[in-house]
Amino acid sequence: MLQMLTKRRLTKALRQTLRLLIIVATTFVGLLLITFLIGRVVPIDPVLAVVGDKAPPEVYEKARIAMGLHLPLWQQFVIYIGNVLQGDLGTSVLTAKPVTEDILRVFPATIELAVTATIIGVLAGIPLGVFSAVKRDSILDHITRVIGLLGYSLPIFWLGLMALMVFYAQLDWLPGPGRLDVFYEDIVEPVTGIMIIDCIIAGEWDIMKNAIWHLILPASLLGYYSMAYLSRMTRSFMIEQLRQEYILTARVKGVAEWKVIWVHAVGNCAIPLITVVALSFGGLLEGSVLTETVFAWPGLGLYLTTSLLNADMNAVLGSTIVVGSIFLGVNLLSDFLYKVMDPRAR
Amino acid sequence: MLKVDNLNVVFGHGADKNHAVKEVSFLVNRGESFGLVGESGSGKSTVLNCISGLLSNWYGSIEVDGAPLSHKRPISFYHKVQMVFQDPYGSLHPRHTIDATLKEPIAIHKLGDANQRVERVLSEVGLGPQFRFRYPHQLSGGQRQRVAVARALILEPEIVLLDEPTSALDVSIQAEVLNLLQEIRRERSLTYVLVSHDLAVVSHMCDTISVMNQGETVEIINREQLQTGELKESYTRQLLVASRGYDRQAIDQFQDF
Repeated sequence: MLQMLTKRRLTKALRQTLRLLIIVATTFVGLLLITFLIGRVVPIDPVLAVVGDKAPPEVYEKARIAMGLHLPLWQQFVIYIGNVLQGDLGTSVLTAKPVTEDILRVFPATIELAVTATIIGVLAGIPLGVFSAVKRDSILDHITRVIGLLGYSLPIFWLGLMALMVFYAQLDWLPGPGRLDVFYEDIVEPVTGIMIIDCIIAGEWDIMKNAIWHLILPASLLGYYSMAYLSRMTRSFMIEQLRQEYILTARVKGVAEWKVIWVHAVGNCAIPLITVVALSFGGLLEGSVLTETVFAWPGLGLYLTTSLLNADMNAVLGSTIVVGSIFLGVNLLSDFLYKVMDPRAR
Repeated sequence: MLKVDNLNVVFGHGADKNHAVKEVSFLVNRGESFGLVGESGSGKSTVLNCISGLLSNWYGSIEVDGAPLSHKRPISFYHKVQMVFQDPYGSLHPRHTIDATLKEPIAIHKLGDANQRVERVLSEVGLGPQFRFRYPHQLSGGQRQRVAVARALILEPEIVLLDEPTSALDVSIQAEVLNLLQEIRRERSLTYVLVSHDLAVVSHMCDTISVMNQGETVEIINREQLQTGELKESYTRQLLVASRGYDRQAIDQFQDF
């Protein structure tokens, strides 16, 4: 009986994994198809970007054949998939290096920014949302609503420029753009690419302090947007949970009120919140395009913007695939955590 | 045992003010089963929520064993008074196993012997040990309501407040749960305050019944009066007729109260 039960569970788990793999593969191919088609419809000639506009026609034709652009579109797409799966995203026209190498170099800076912003967003947004729900329609709730609405409506580049003007140019409380002050640059050997960790590895405490100082403004700004979103979502999830009878049950059991809220209600909000945090993290990677440009933060966003302005399509499409894949990965992770945390989803 | 005197509950302020419970008074003796009946919105569940300490915007007096209750209840109160809710799907923590749900009050009230208590109470409500480590979504509605009863009983209370404990269940399961509640009351000499809109349930379960309408007590009757129809107030008579099922002729003669 027990053996049969275990076998049934294993079959179910295998079926679920297989279904998940099919979904992931389909989404990934869809992502590749979209980026591939974008690369073909933009009014930029990839051959010209390589050979230059003064190249003779025979050189142009040779390059076109070498790049496989004479083949039918579907064959080009199959080759494109094969290349991407091998980690080959083409060569950047701007840096003359493989796009994969460029992305590996710049991406840790974006991760450092997005992770710090997510931490700020979660630590501020969730408690604010909880307090708003518990003290519904109070002054605190209204203040949180206004903060949230500002987070939704103010363009990040404008707020970034204002923050730089006030905290850097006027008050001089925080450093200006960039990851480090100029005289600290290129001292620390990149190991992980994440400046704070690399400084710890190298034992460069002054540089670490400087890196944290530089991180505060862009991370707080991105974190503010994440906080605005998370606080509104947490409020709405909490209101829903606080209406449930199991909350009343907890109260009549004699559970302390703080525990009713922070353990029982927030514990159950945590399940949908995982998806929201995952989406918010993905959103921060996208949002980093503007933030990194304003703060001259040498991450994927800045790389993408520079590539776009220079018609470097391999770099643009490669970065898009990376962001899309991370979105996919984060969503998968949130689905997995959802199942771990909620017995009803298993 | 339980005395409610001139209980009033007011929600909202100004134009939104709603006087939900008006001057409600009743006395429930030890071991008695007392019913509160009325239509939806008559204030019966609100009275129960005031007694259980879930509502604090009341005035008047509530006494248990002669001791007046304040708005904030000490933890010892929950040892003496417990409540079973209406919705067996929502009243249990969805991510806690039955074992965790039953052990939590034991830990809060520092009672000890958790495993024995859980086993004993589960068997008392007719659930085998195989249910102990299941989650609420793995149980049927009737089984969940049995767990809800077990959860209330595990603290060995003297008064159990029952807020429409069978209204969300199938008719066949309703009888099972009602019989279980009757049996437990007899065995443990419990005092029940049962809220229901179903006169059949109340007449089966309760010795004395308070009929409520629009937050006020219409009359207090006993089981025999309800069964024989010897009722003073026309509202109660109308409620009794309505509880017998749909009758076009009778409905045409109904009045607004």
